[in-house]
Amino acid sequence: MQIDLRILRFDPERDTEAHWERYSVESEPMDRVLDLLHRVKWESDGRLTFRRSCAHGVCGSDAMMINGRNRLACKIRVDQLGRKISVAPLPGFPVIKDLVVDMDDFFAKYRSVMPFLVADTEPPADAERLQTQADRERYDDTTKCILCGACTSSCPSFWAQKSYVGPAAIVNAHRFIFDSRDDAAHERLEILADQDGVWRCRTVFNCVDACPRGINIARAILEVSAAAVESGG
Amino acid sequence: MTAPIHEYEAVIVGAGGAGLWAALELARDGVKTAVLTKLYPTRSHTGAAQGGISAALGNLEEDHPEWHMYDTVKGGDYLVDQDAAEILAHEAIETVLQLEHMGLPFNRTADGKIDQRRFGGHTRNFGEAPVRRACYAADRTGHMILQTLYQQCIKHGVEFFDEFHVVDLLLDGGVTRGVVAYRIADGELHVFRAAAVMFATGGFGRMFKITSNAFSLTGDGVALAYRRGVPLEDMEFFQFHPTGIVGIGILLSEAARGEGGILRNDLGERFMERYAPTMLDLAPRDMVSRAIYREIREGRGIGGKDYVHLDLTHLGKKVIDSKLPDITEFARVYQGIEPITQPIPVTPTAHYAMGGIPTDNDARVVIDEHNNVMPGLYAAGECACVSVHGGNRLGCNSLLDILVFGRRAGRSMAADVRAANGELPDLPASAEEPVRADIEQMRTRPRGENAQHIRVELAAAMMDDCGVFRTQETLDRMTLKLRELRARYANVAITDSGRVFNTELLEAREVGYLLDCAEATVAGALARQESRGAHFREDFPERNDTDWLKHTLAYRAEGGQDMRFKPVTITKFEPKPRTY
Repeated sequence: MQIDLRILRFDPERDTEAHWERYSVESEPMDRVLDLLHRVKWESDGRLTFRRSCAHGVCGSDAMMINGRNRLACKIRVDQLGRKISVAPLPGFPVIKDLVVDMDDFFAKYRSVMPFLVADTEPPADAERLQTQADRERYDDTTKCILCGACTSSCPSFWAQKSYVGPAAIVNAHRFIFDSRDDAAHERLEILADQDGVWRCRTVFNCVDACPRGINIARAILEVSAAAVESGG
Repeated sequence: MTAPIHEYEAVIVGAGGAGLWAALELARDGVKTAVLTKLYPTRSHTGAAQGGISAALGNLEEDHPEWHMYDTVKGGDYLVDQDAAEILAHEAIETVLQLEHMGLPFNRTADGKIDQRRFGGHTRNFGEAPVRRACYAADRTGHMILQTLYQQCIKHGVEFFDEFHVVDLLLDGGVTRGVVAYRIADGELHVFRAAAVMFATGGFGRMFKITSNAFSLTGDGVALAYRRGVPLEDMEFFQFHPTGIVGIGILLSEAARGEGGILRNDLGERFMERYAPTMLDLAPRDMVSRAIYREIREGRGIGGKDYVHLDLTHLGKKVIDSKLPDITEFARVYQGIEPITQPIPVTPTAHYAMGGIPTDNDARVVIDEHNNVMPGLYAAGECACVSVHGGNRLGCNSLLDILVFGRRAGRSMAADVRAANGELPDLPASAEEPVRADIEQMRTRPRGENAQHIRVELAAAMMDDCGVFRTQETLDRMTLKLRELRARYANVAITDSGRVFNTELLEAREVGYLLDCAEATVAGALARQESRGAHFREDFPERNDTDWLKHTLAYRAEGGQDMRFKPVTITKFEPKPRTY
């Protein structure tokens, strides 16, 4: 079937502002939006620019806005979208070219929440630290994050205040705050109790809709907020 | 216009498991290090690995490194260098424990230890029965490893150059001098001068039509080394994983069979009973892939078509949801199949290069059959060939390989850089000019071939003529095809002449790397007149230890390849017939 594909284009070396371009693309129902983008790039318009790598939803390169929602282009099928498909870069991030946005600030915010295990005690020399299955389960959901940016880019609080650390960074703080092996929860909660931290969340739930990994981000943020209250943040 | 020059003691190209662990070792040692990646580190393909990492922890049942070493050697059809396999099996234990200490969220046993499960080719007591050796975190073990190592790199202040695409290796006069990288954001070339350069650029599965590999796996480091005179070892051994999603090749982890999944043909038969009576569905991947193709050839594909079924329906929702969540989602998203109630259509998919840049056991690149070292050049991970995988890699041994030898690379680079007292080799004048000329020629050629058409034809032909089954005839045909594609590639033109984020240009260059990898692969496959591991010659269907118990080395030469041969290191296990 023919898909009416509209792509928001911007080439800083040629354009003064972004504009929509239309393509009619032959497609099978099980094709993914990434397949359509490749068809355009390889067959008719080599200048079309986007990031992608693994093409099956685990590397996080190809998050973009598809029919008004943030999704991974490699994980959304044509038959889930219908014959008219629009593709735009992730909102809220500076556009570099076409569907490619500047992720540097996004990763800087990720790094700001101490996204690494901090343990005060030395691990056993020749064995693993023990962790119960229940303790492991406690933070399972937030280990799934692939840092694609779909959640932060969908968040109205982030759009309004770009200094907000954003849902993705909070998810990654959660992953350590609730890990029984970690001893730096208090420091992370101090960082997140800042004015650009968890309190900026207005529980709009866009992030939950946007997450291609199915992480319950709103619950993670609520748990971090509750922990921040408890720890005196 | 002169390129900016950056000076580092060590430069690592690639930010997957091997590159990141090497960087950690160097950072802890205070060596001034840069990590260059054409992606962001968390996009690296290590993150796509699913099932687990092998280590004889013995958390659930008796296990020993010696058994692991034996399985690795036998799984590799005795082409494995046994000194390297011994290192792999023994260092596996501390490697996995260190990952846990770094924070990796392994699944746990009831008593809180790292949980382990069965995987193909891993056995107890030298082949008696499957053993629980795969340490795992659901079916996203690679994702967790990549995240954990990147997190540790942040903690230790490792310096990254994200979206810097390395386009040349500076190597002359027998000395490694650095690399040239193309900054994707603005198309500017940057020269990195370094005493130690490590390639950790991963595989090149994109030279096949159906592959589990990311689009970015185009053999960049392998091809750049090859172009500078480094030979490529055992390139004819390319693993086809038995269970890829039909048509697109996305991997469904062997963990599905480790947890009890069964392969069935059109008659509903568990056909592996005929091919591997002891290990059944958990036989090594090369054997299972050939078995699937045989079933299909003999008319027992599902509905007579070219696929079989992976049946998980007897495992139950609880096991599937807790231990195989990602791959069952792949089946739902990409095939519209519900694995809890329906069997999944699968077909072999090009998955892993056993061959690559030859190294010694400390990840130093070696350039001949006497293991003479190329000073200053290192390689680890899928791009390298130590060789711990020989003719066929066992599942869960790749995450292990990249970490064990990535760490060794970091340590040997640190030692070598220290020995050089901070001295950096001289750069050639205008080091970036040769590759700049190449790039500008491609950018400005007004019309010519579409590089993507060349890639599509390459991948289709490799799948048919240099895939699971090969003969002199198919390989001769492939050689001619490569000659044609190479000629056409010299005339590639692109439409985007811009400098900002020109992915058309970089993708066209990647096709050139794939052609190099394919040429070396076909040359090895033509030379090796026997069948061993993943290399199956229908015109030479038997393993031939008298003539072929040796590694191939392919050197780039005028109009083709020069082939040389290197002995296999055998220490403990004499070659025996390989049955499962």
